[in-house]
Amino acid sequence: MDNIKDNQGDVWEVFVQSKPGLPHKHAGSLHATDKEMALQNARDLYTRRNEGTCIWVVPSNAIVSSLPEDSDSFFDPSDDKIYRHPTHYVMPEGAKHI
Amino acid sequence: MDEQQKLEAFQAKIDAEIKIEPKDWMPEEYRKHLQRQISQHAHSEVVGMQPEGNWVLRAPTLRAKVVLLAKIQDEAGHGQYLYAAGETLGKSRDEFIEELQTEKAKYSSIFNYPTLTWADMGAVGWLVDGAAIVNQVSLQRTSYGPYARAMVRICKEESFHQRQGYEIIAHMAKGTPEQKAMAQDALNRLWWPSLMMFGPHDADSPNLGNGVKWKIKRETNDELRQKFIDKTVHQAEVIGLTIPDPDLKWNEETGHYDYGQIDWDEFWNVVKGNGPCNKQRLEHHKRAHNNGKWVREAALAYAQKQKEKQMVA
Repeated sequence: MDNIKDNQGDVWEVFVQSKPGLPHKHAGSLHATDKEMALQNARDLYTRRNEGTCIWVVPSNAIVSSLPEDSDSFFDPSDDKIYRHPTHYVMPEGAKHI
Repeated sequence: MDEQQKLEAFQAKIDAEIKIEPKDWMPEEYRKHLQRQISQHAHSEVVGMQPEGNWVLRAPTLRAKVVLLAKIQDEAGHGQYLYAAGETLGKSRDEFIEELQTEKAKYSSIFNYPTLTWADMGAVGWLVDGAAIVNQVSLQRTSYGPYARAMVRICKEESFHQRQGYEIIAHMAKGTPEQKAMAQDALNRLWWPSLMMFGPHDADSPNLGNGVKWKIKRETNDELRQKFIDKTVHQAEVIGLTIPDPDLKWNEETGHYDYGQIDWDEFWNVVKGNGPCNKQRLEHHKRAHNNGKWVREAALAYAQKQKEKQMVA
């Protein structure tokens, strides 16, 4: 295991779907030494009151994140394309349902 | 950006109510403050299981027992949420636990008091969890994202804790004279330590300055303590118990209750390790931790084996 800093097992991120049809949402993290244990710990820790219909667990070190210090340049390309928004377009007077 | 500019940008974010996330730049002192506060909070949840665990096998009914077990399990969960939030600041779980066991880190002094009777289970839920809720509701707006999210989750679960405690003590207050006396005695013993949970008066609080400036703490110790007193006095009246403070009285002018002197010598004495149960709590924690060592080792060995198997296949 790569990211064991202590003897408590790896850190896993937990995503819970609260109802069928809804996206899985990040609930928090936990420690576990393997995927079965991660799933069971996630159930015990994040769904003690029927909070979920499905759980994903992902090793934290498998997550690739953009970096806050790069945010400005990273998200810059979307800054100047107002034509991607529906409000950019001028509709003829009286047009409906569009 | 130099350090000063970074610090100004950081403060601007705080002032604009933008949460700080783990990978964001933060002053070292902010990180340290949070590590200390979050780990102390986590340790309190975990050590807090002990005074209640004391009554699991002696709960008066099966209902009382399952409720108590569920509450204790929640406390364990709250400890987990908080350690996880603390770990995002770059310290490992083992380091946090070691700091607790070597007494470098503190936990709430309230858990160094014994739970002598079943009425104490009522008083703990009603007063101790009640005080914790006042503090935690405020912390839902703390400036560090992972801590705030853990607080939201904890607050959702915590109101059951306070209600179950109030139910226990209300039930006893309505019982035989002996039971009522027991309820009053629990209130007498736990009232002042509960007020101490909010920490020293603002004027004597060393950690308050930056904590408020950085919006780690959204309200001061005295403000939170006052909120707790104001809402608890009526709850005591409803069940016919008397708050053990002869100076407690409604102040028409301020719209709050005035209250008597808190015995800060007692507070500091318990913080320094001389409370009735400090030794017992820490020894128990170490024993449980050491008894679980083989489980952690076995789990790691199993995971290693599975990984090797996968590599071969």
